[in-house]
Amino acid sequence: MTRLLEVEGLEMRFGRVTAADGIDVGVASGELVGIIGPNGAGKTTFVNLVTGYLRPLGGSIRVDGDEVTGKRPYEIVRLGVARSFQIPQLFLSLPVLDNVLVALAVAEGRGLAPWRPLRERHRLEAAYAALARFGLDTDADRAAGELPEGGRKLLDVALAFALGPRLLLLDEPTSGVSAAEKHTVMATVVGALRQQSITALFIEHDMDVVRRFADRVLVLSEGRFVADGSPDEVLSDPEVRRAVAGKA
Amino acid sequence: MSRARLPAAVALAGAFCAWWFVVPAWIGFLTTVALAKGLAILGVALLLRAGLVSFGQGLFFCSGAYAAGFAIKEWGVHDALALIGLGLAAGIGVALLTGLLVARYRELFFAMLTLAFSMMLYGILVKEYATTGGSQGMTVSPVTLLGHGLGGGRAQYFFTLACVALVVLLAHRFVHSPLGQLARALRDNEIRAGYLGASVQRTVLATFVVAGGMAGLGGALEGISVGHVDPTLSYWTQSGEFVFVALLAGTGSVVAPFVGSVAFEIGRSYALTWFPDQWQIVLGVVLLGFVLFLPGGLWSAWEAAATRTRSFARRRLQPQPAVGDGG
Amino acid sequence: MSTVTIILIDGLVTASSLFLLSAGLSVVFGVLRILNLAHGSLFALGAFAGAILSIDYLKWGRFPQGSFVVLALSALALGAVAGPLIERGLLRWIYGREQVLQLLATYALFLILEGLQQALWGGQAYSPWVPYSLLGQMTIGGILYPRYDLLLFGVAAGAGILLWLLLNRSRFGRLVVAATHDPEMSRAMGIDLSRVYTVTFAIGTALAALGGAFWAPTITVLPGFAVDTTVVAFAVVVIGGLGSIGGAALGAVIVGVAQAAAVQWAPNLELFVIYVVMTLVLLVRPQGLFARAAVRRI
Repeated sequence: MTRLLEVEGLEMRFGRVTAADGIDVGVASGELVGIIGPNGAGKTTFVNLVTGYLRPLGGSIRVDGDEVTGKRPYEIVRLGVARSFQIPQLFLSLPVLDNVLVALAVAEGRGLAPWRPLRERHRLEAAYAALARFGLDTDADRAAGELPEGGRKLLDVALAFALGPRLLLLDEPTSGVSAAEKHTVMATVVGALRQQSITALFIEHDMDVVRRFADRVLVLSEGRFVADGSPDEVLSDPEVRRAVAGKA
Repeated sequence: MSRARLPAAVALAGAFCAWWFVVPAWIGFLTTVALAKGLAILGVALLLRAGLVSFGQGLFFCSGAYAAGFAIKEWGVHDALALIGLGLAAGIGVALLTGLLVARYRELFFAMLTLAFSMMLYGILVKEYATTGGSQGMTVSPVTLLGHGLGGGRAQYFFTLACVALVVLLAHRFVHSPLGQLARALRDNEIRAGYLGASVQRTVLATFVVAGGMAGLGGALEGISVGHVDPTLSYWTQSGEFVFVALLAGTGSVVAPFVGSVAFEIGRSYALTWFPDQWQIVLGVVLLGFVLFLPGGLWSAWEAAATRTRSFARRRLQPQPAVGDGG
Repeated sequence: MSTVTIILIDGLVTASSLFLLSAGLSVVFGVLRILNLAHGSLFALGAFAGAILSIDYLKWGRFPQGSFVVLALSALALGAVAGPLIERGLLRWIYGREQVLQLLATYALFLILEGLQQALWGGQAYSPWVPYSLLGQMTIGGILYPRYDLLLFGVAAGAGILLWLLLNRSRFGRLVVAATHDPEMSRAMGIDLSRVYTVTFAIGTALAALGGAFWAPTITVLPGFAVDTTVVAFAVVVIGGLGSIGGAALGAVIVGVAQAAAVQWAPNLELFVIYVVMTLVLLVRPQGLFARAAVRRI
């Protein structure tokens, strides 16, 4: 069985800082993987590398067997990979609905015709459904920039979902969400992931969230994965606790 | 066309038709030229919408104008439809060619590269006296439309108006299409656009070519209306004028550039008569005012006022809920 | 004398005024991050100031050699007055805004300054030829050259060296470098950024005015004569890399020589060649030859 994501020997440096020091990991289809690690360990850089925003200095990345190392984000996204951001990347001056409509149109491939309207019925229905899944449908007509921080985070995730990806990388999906809501938000996200059989990796700082939702946990420290196993195994390991807490 | 906008659009078209009969002939002529330039300005507005300033629309405007000039001089083509078709093709062609380099840039470099390319054309046209007539330019006449002479102001005016109306309709579709909205989204967040799977480069190039084609079409129309083309159409200050009016008009409407252009041409005409030595200063101060206080252009102010009036009216006309809203 | 030598000499002469024109633009962009579309107008105003003041001075009738000093002083005065006026009055309102808006604001400034020329001196022309003719001519390889060209070269080289010394060997230069690389840190360390910006812009203005003032004796100064100089300056600066003085110098030499070559070998391309060179450079090095590429990270 080919693993959906296969990373080998990934290397990246910024000046004297080593962000990736030979990262090897494989993710099978359907897995829900949490990535934890101290701040500055290179978690976001890892996502940036896998999704093509950065070009690695060495190593290879394969998505479903296809080599994607060095490809641009838009090329990798078209292979079925989507991503949400630590700081939500939205079209702030467009209405919430339009953000999703544009995402759907681009995802359709042929949807970018210049003579048909963006607001076609099938697309509007799909957009409302995509927003409803995250409780954003009531905000459909508001400018994305007007949403509170939690709403923006959700919209960012909703956009990634709207692309219908096979592999989703979520960068701190619950940061900016109030502690009371974290679990509900994550439950919504994970529910949607399971329902559509999307493989996902998510970066998290909240150990409870990780323990509750992840099938598998990876610990990234100083540019490499130092632990890999079930949440119980990894999170009770004193070495891991020291690595994550000590440098936080 | 959304149903809300249709009556306004029809009214505007009617107003433009009536305009010819209401104003003196010289203003009618100015309006013809202004409408032709409005096409180039619309191109600038489309690019502004995508977050790009083009300081070189003159390149395509001039290319279209000279395409018409050459067609008459070298190939004996006199039909207006053929001429504007050539103008459109020239605009698209030149935009594709230059866009391959220019679309790799943004902001400052984009603006200055477009400026540089337009100055390149200017330089060539001025120096190649034998083929292009140098700084004296070329004549663009006589011009016929389906066999009939297109002389005289009225035929020119309505022909131009018809072309412009058609382009406005198509531009409106474009703006509300996925491609048009994606272009608009680029201004907010190019990274997100890339992460949706869209090639930002290709979207920018597409918008650039659309703007260039419009300007080429406008240039041919201008040449036909004036009967003459010269290299100053590609000089950077002409492009600057396009940008000025585009900013004045704002990017919120596909019709605003034309209204703005007409206002500008007529305003300039009067200003040159009343205070020819201070005209540029006034222009500069006005532009500065807009940049600092009203970067969305007059149209945004208009829209803002309209929205306030609408919501005020709505609140006044709707029954108030008995208790506070649930949410 | 061979054509190549002629091209090199002519090229260097042109490069001298191009450098004076462009160095200020480059430095201002490097520090303030604003590309001043009105920069050419400052060149023009310098020409007017130099022309009018030197003509007035010569009416006094004594020490015509002093006219050179007058040219230099009028340019410096313009820099000291107009520079801060523009920076405080206009530029500081657009710092940090969208680059699009900044460009449009400086374009508005261009319109205003060009309009000012028209309003103040419309219909007049000034030909301050005395400094030019004072120096007479020299013979290089059998060809007559005006000695004034040598002066131009000297002024450009001198200004370039002074500028380099100022930015690299003086306390002010260190402030400028700090302000350019890390404005936040500089502010935190108590550096008065607004003063740095004002002085930098005044220097940029003075350089352009110097170029204009010393250019004036070779031409007739009319309103609007410098409208395309901003574009040329931009091309020079882009070739050399925005923000680099050495780049401005190199760009000026490249453009000067290219133009001289075009005049000799392909006169039809004379107006055109500068942009071709710029395009070619950008194709190979998108940021120009010496630019410090600023990579934005998210």
